[in-house]
Amino acid sequence: MRLLNRRPGQQFSLILAVLPFLLVGLVYLQASNARLEVNPNDKLLPSPSQMAEAMHRMAFEEDRRTGQYLLWADTAASLQRLAMGVGVAALIGLGVGITIGLVPIASATLGPFVAVVSMVPPLAVLPILFIAFGLGELAKVVLIALGITPFLIRDIAFRVGELPRELLVKAQTLGASTLQIALRVVLPQMLPRLLSGLRLALGPAWLFLIAAEAIASTEGLGYRIFLVRRFLAMDVILPYVAWITLLAFLMDTALAALSRRLYPWAYVR
Amino acid sequence: MIVVEGLWKSYGDRSVLERLNLTIREGEFVTLVGASGCGKTTFLRILLGDERPTKGRLTLDGRPLRPEPGPDRGVVFQRYSVFPHLTVLQNAMLGLEFQSGGPLGRLRGRAWQEARARASALLAEVGLAHVADAWPSALSGGMQQRLALAQALVLEPRLLLLDEPFGALDPGIRIDMHQLISKLWHATGMTVVMVTHDLGEAFKLGTRVLTFDKVRHDRQAPERYGATITYDLRGRARPLLPA
Repeated sequence: MRLLNRRPGQQFSLILAVLPFLLVGLVYLQASNARLEVNPNDKLLPSPSQMAEAMHRMAFEEDRRTGQYLLWADTAASLQRLAMGVGVAALIGLGVGITIGLVPIASATLGPFVAVVSMVPPLAVLPILFIAFGLGELAKVVLIALGITPFLIRDIAFRVGELPRELLVKAQTLGASTLQIALRVVLPQMLPRLLSGLRLALGPAWLFLIAAEAIASTEGLGYRIFLVRRFLAMDVILPYVAWITLLAFLMDTALAALSRRLYPWAYVR
Repeated sequence: MIVVEGLWKSYGDRSVLERLNLTIREGEFVTLVGASGCGKTTFLRILLGDERPTKGRLTLDGRPLRPEPGPDRGVVFQRYSVFPHLTVLQNAMLGLEFQSGGPLGRLRGRAWQEARARASALLAEVGLAHVADAWPSALSGGMQQRLALAQALVLEPRLLLLDEPFGALDPGIRIDMHQLISKLWHATGMTVVMVTHDLGEAFKLGTRVLTFDKVRHDRQAPERYGATITYDLRGRARPLLPA
């Protein structure tokens, strides 16, 4: 049988899926062991027990200077920034995207502008944001929003343009105004698209969050990683990276599940 | 009454329709037939207001037809006629909600209940009462077209435009749909204009069958001349009103 026709069964799929993780883990353990054998004080590739110890300290022991449980404080701060940035971007993306997609005059006015703005590298304007909004929360939230809004606008506008013209004509023959069509025909059909757009935008959103935290912050997951880097504290950095990855993965899964739950009509085939 | 006088339609150098004159009386069931690309669908879309004629006059009861689709003209397309994000009942109610639901297009309380009752009655009439809460994507092609008809009829348009509405259906289902559309036409007395590929269907359903074809040909430039109405025939359906 040709390779492209061979499909793994359910169990075999699971084994195949676990395999790469296992492999990377094994390679790491091997390398870590080898280094620690030569020098027990090596900090570059800490052993799992060292990492567990460090994480226990971060998660369950009060920080002596601030009196906080650092992992949770960092997580709360980062997630709050992320939620605000992504939330603002989603609202603007939906509103402007539908307007551009539905109204030719709006698309003629804003289309080229958005296309150009979306080419501005957000990290290049980060200094401007810090100067304009100070080093507080606002600049970080704005960076995230600025970073993913153009993508969301263009995604939604494009999807609106993909709606069958028949649907828009039909709505007009039912007496709908432009606003009614936007609210009752286009908006509901764009919500599942927005959620899938958000799933794609989460990666960049995390990138901008960590970049902003690395440069100017006093707490946050990105801030912590860049802070302990000075002490070469890989036993904190590695688990933090894994934790961030887990959070991002859970958000992605949650968005997918939410979309299926809220918009079952978009998944009936 | 719809009057079309000296209508032309061209896209750049390409002529689609030319010198088209036509009068459609109230309550007629007019079917449009012709080869693919002969302009019958373009003509329907001009009646719908989705396309504008290049030249010529189009009047509805003596007034120029509004150049955009409106609630005076219902439509059913071959595909994409119903809204996938609304249930069957919500689809049938949508026209009423747009009409009297204010800027947001939503009805509440008593008005909503009345609209639901009207939509439900209409669904029962087209045989969809048992699937009122289903998503359209769960319906068969024939049932989706029934829903599209119910949705278009809820505002009681005086003119119903059908663009190959049964073109994608199985033959057996088609015959059911023929009965349904005839019944609805008799019940409402509306004017119907239908584009179809199926000659049998055209003569069976229509009181009048119009064929579209080109009468002028230019071998060097086949797209130079457009089509017009070449035959105006009597269909087998009995007119609602005496001629």
